[in-house]
Amino acid sequence: MTASTPVLTMTGISKQFPGVKALDGVDFRLLPGEVHALMGENGAGKSTLIKVLTGVHDIDEGRIELDGARVAFTGPLAAQQAGISTVYQEVNLCTNLSVAENIFIGREPRDRWGRIRWKEVRRRAAGILARLDLDIDVTASLSAYSLAVQQLVAIARAIDVQAKVLILDEPTSSLDAGEVQQLFRVMRRLKDDGIAILFVSHFLDQIYEISDRMTILRNGRLVGEYLTKELPQVELVAKMIGQELAELERLHGTAKVFDRPLVEARELGRAGAIEPFTLTIHEGEVVGLAGLLGSGRTEIARLLFGADHASTGEIAIGGTPQPLRTPRAAMSHKIAFCSENRRSEGLIPDLTVRENLVLALQAARGWTRPLPRSRQDELVSRYVAALNIRPADPDQLIRNLSGGNQQKVLLARWLILEPRLLILDEPTRGIDVGAKAEIQRLVAELSGGGMAVLFISAELEEVLRLSHRVAVLRDRRLVAELDNDDRLTTESLMETIAGGGHPA
Amino acid sequence: MLVTAGLFAAMFVAGGVRYEGFATGQIVLNVFIDNGFLLVVAVGLTFVILTGGIDLSVGAVVALSTMVSASLLQAGWPWWAVIALVLAMGVVLGGGMGAIIHFFGIQPFIVTLAGMFLARGLCYTIGTDSIPITDPAFTAFAQTRIDLFADLWISPSVLIAVAVVLVAAYVLHYTRFGRAVYATGGSEQSALLMGLPVARTKITVYTVSGLCSALGGVLLAFYMLSGYGLHAVGMELDAIAAVVIGGTLLTGGSGYLLGTVLGVLVLGLIQTVISFEGTLSSWWTKIFIGALLLVFILLQRLMSRRGA
Amino acid sequence: MRRLLWPLLALAALLLLNVAFTDGFLSIQIKDGHLYGSLIDILRFGAPLILVSLGMTLVIATGGIDLSVGSVVAISGALACLQISEDASVFTAVALALGLCLALGAWNGFLVAGIGIQPIIATLILMVAGRGLAQLITDGQIITVNSPAYKLIGGGYWLTLPFGILVVAAIWAVTAFLTRRLALGLVIEAVGGNPVASRLAGIDARRVTVMAYTACALCAGIAGLMISSNVSSADGNNAGLWIELDAILAVVIGGTSLTGGRFSLTGTVLGALIIQTLTTTIYSIGVPPETTLLFKALVVTTVCLLQSPAFRAKVFHRRPRPAPKAAAEEKVKVTA
Repeated sequence: MTASTPVLTMTGISKQFPGVKALDGVDFRLLPGEVHALMGENGAGKSTLIKVLTGVHDIDEGRIELDGARVAFTGPLAAQQAGISTVYQEVNLCTNLSVAENIFIGREPRDRWGRIRWKEVRRRAAGILARLDLDIDVTASLSAYSLAVQQLVAIARAIDVQAKVLILDEPTSSLDAGEVQQLFRVMRRLKDDGIAILFVSHFLDQIYEISDRMTILRNGRLVGEYLTKELPQVELVAKMIGQELAELERLHGTAKVFDRPLVEARELGRAGAIEPFTLTIHEGEVVGLAGLLGSGRTEIARLLFGADHASTGEIAIGGTPQPLRTPRAAMSHKIAFCSENRRSEGLIPDLTVRENLVLALQAARGWTRPLPRSRQDELVSRYVAALNIRPADPDQLIRNLSGGNQQKVLLARWLILEPRLLILDEPTRGIDVGAKAEIQRLVAELSGGGMAVLFISAELEEVLRLSHRVAVLRDRRLVAELDNDDRLTTESLMETIAGGGHPA
Repeated sequence: MLVTAGLFAAMFVAGGVRYEGFATGQIVLNVFIDNGFLLVVAVGLTFVILTGGIDLSVGAVVALSTMVSASLLQAGWPWWAVIALVLAMGVVLGGGMGAIIHFFGIQPFIVTLAGMFLARGLCYTIGTDSIPITDPAFTAFAQTRIDLFADLWISPSVLIAVAVVLVAAYVLHYTRFGRAVYATGGSEQSALLMGLPVARTKITVYTVSGLCSALGGVLLAFYMLSGYGLHAVGMELDAIAAVVIGGTLLTGGSGYLLGTVLGVLVLGLIQTVISFEGTLSSWWTKIFIGALLLVFILLQRLMSRRGA
Repeated sequence: MRRLLWPLLALAALLLLNVAFTDGFLSIQIKDGHLYGSLIDILRFGAPLILVSLGMTLVIATGGIDLSVGSVVAISGALACLQISEDASVFTAVALALGLCLALGAWNGFLVAGIGIQPIIATLILMVAGRGLAQLITDGQIITVNSPAYKLIGGGYWLTLPFGILVVAAIWAVTAFLTRRLALGLVIEAVGGNPVASRLAGIDARRVTVMAYTACALCAGIAGLMISSNVSSADGNNAGLWIELDAILAVVIGGTSLTGGRFSLTGTVLGALIIQTLTTTIYSIGVPPETTLLFKALVVTTVCLLQSPAFRAKVFHRRPRPAPKAAAEEKVKVTA
């Protein structure tokens, strides 16, 4: 493999955005028939590198060569025509069109009059999906299918093009374990066909399972290129964040007794979203919710916050049943909820850090009682410092911040309300390792101070590290509640998720 | 769209029961004859709305087309040159607006609003009075009756309008451009990343709309035999209403041309019913259209909720 | 402040043009205890537009749009004049008209926030049906009234100033107070910027939206009273025709994005003044009034282009593209 010549080389790539040098003299190469992981924290320049490669952005300096010839794509279409296809993190398909059309649009088979041959489109679409072991109605509108299926359709679209280079930008972040394996099977087959695959993922296990080689970026600069099997995980993380990572231990202290129930869900359920469940969260306790994507984790969080209406059961706060019909009602009981969808359900991108930070507090006070400017300044500067939010400029628009810093602002939005129960839905997803560790530490501190936390994460290690108790979900049903003692490991947790409630 | 068809049938039957001489084939054909230009304009607008855009300039471009036609004919130009020039003008206006919308990222609402001002303004600079059309070719076109069977007849404009509908339906469903229109309306970002020529698609739909408006203007000139800056005032509203009643989502990405045709027919039938009623004043038309819009939008809303 | 720069420059340029063409354009005199002058006229005739635009700003900031303001203007004037012509007191007439406008605004807000219809369509309904309604009220006629008290609203003077200007100033002050001194502005901008996130942050987005549409209709209603009072008659067909377009234009010129979020009341007032000054300018420099629309088209395009980041990037900051440039130079050399 090392003997083969690169299909793609990028040399000395630099890209300047207003105020930021996103890429600074980066080299990158892709060999045919390899899976090449592009690694780095958020803001390291991974997305920018992909965007300059596919022609979304121009490059300021450097050269890109495909098959030895210099190229400069004017856009994704030109890149695709030259054999570079991309599947992005967020599914970029048109959900209003049919599955078949999504695979073929822009290159539908046509007769010589330019008329689209619909039968052929449908037949070939079904054929391609069969290669991915996906048996669905290709004439149905894409919106009828789950996000995971949509992701596979996006990949089907990408592999149908006679691609030399396939870029997968965090394709697995919304897939469950089975779907990830399905994707990996496809990736291996494509690799055997000689396609070079550029793979981006935040899941280290996946990187080690599938990739042959990796390139690491940090702060827009190249750290180096390594063979995956020669680079231990600890070293990889160290190279990504540029410092030795502290030993990962369980962050909560010795076993404590929690006997003051704060929020109790009694046979609470919502038709089609989550089966009735009973769960008690005590003061000062961190309860982890573990389960696969779509197992009902987010649904539980939304019910407890009043974002959705329950169809059965009741919620009791401090022992008294309370109807939580709106987020406002939940907030009046000091319940806070940080959504997993940072962009669509958290940020107000056009507003500043300050405005985003005080928004919930202002909403709780009502607009007729404005928060005095001096109090705003005090709160903002306290939390910007406490959470290490960068840049530390409260009047910066929040959309200019990196993902991790945006997440910290959203956390701060809820922390200034001094909630008694903080619901965190995937607070560490898609953010860099450094910010992740800071947020985890913060959760441990908060619960130490008496706040109850409901912590949702797809990463079982993280759930185990933080929680006192873990509630396990499977197929929209709460199947087990496990105390987090020394006997509980990621393996036993995984078995519970897989086996449906009978810990081994 | 089925609802629209049902409504049309119901109105037609109710009209037939209530008024003598209503339930004849000629009534339906008359709706076509009286609204051929609106149909053509609405077809063009359907393209724009499917991409999630809007074109407020259509009525003004129609008026400008009648005005240019009338004044050039008065100046002695041959009819074919006039029509060719007017259509070219529509293409240029539409394409220009599309280009500004796309390249400078300004909202379609504002750009086509400016286009509307521009077109109406140009009308008034040509002249503030109505200019009659006496060109023999135009008058012949206006007065020709094409007899169908059993005393039924249509005007040549109807043929043109039907041809436009057929061509447009073919383009939308059987060409890559047509599918790109739907994709752009579904998600512009995705369409771009899927490598579709979004820029070309967006500019083209406004060009199509400009062309259709100019053609609609020519048809209106046949119908009215005059050019006037106050022709087709508020027509953009009728056209938008027809598209919406026809089931196209204003957010783009979903809808059919046949729906637009039915939408135009329903609007036309309302006018017919009101003229048959006799005692109802003309402003009831507006109130009815408003009420209909409300009903249809609520229906769309209901169905999309059930779908999700 | 930087986003107010272009509208300010445009207004200044227009005023300068007037100064160049009209003698004594800037002079303001006191006659019979009233202020007179071209500038006062611009403010006076622009008052209804400024009002409607202020309301429109709030609606646009929530991410919506209100196409029905023109119809509301007509309905308000029609109902007030009908009442007065039927010997109701001016106070009753005004109260009834404004009450109806509040109801119409709440209706729009209900369709948008309660049912979830896109604003452009929800308000299109009232735009179409409302015109019919206004004509229904006036029975298709123009209702003329003769009431000095009613005349005051749009045509009268108080404290040497035209009454309309004072009304506008008062409403501007109240709106500015509610949005910037109190936290209504932040709440509206949050709803316009991201409605889902706002709800999850505990904002009652529906109530805010309904309030914005109601306020907008109220502003339109007052503008409708001014317009009909100024001419002492109500014309259901033509009153407020196309004012929604001018108002949206004023908002956009003032730097508020049609996609919602950030808004600027001062920008809107500037925008409305630009539009009104433009109309005045066209009269004063002797261009035929028919071409007003052409100039409007020109101004809209210019201001929007200047505000468009894409346009500025393309025209003002030519990004360095070394490769093509070098190639171009080489070509020049070859031909030379």
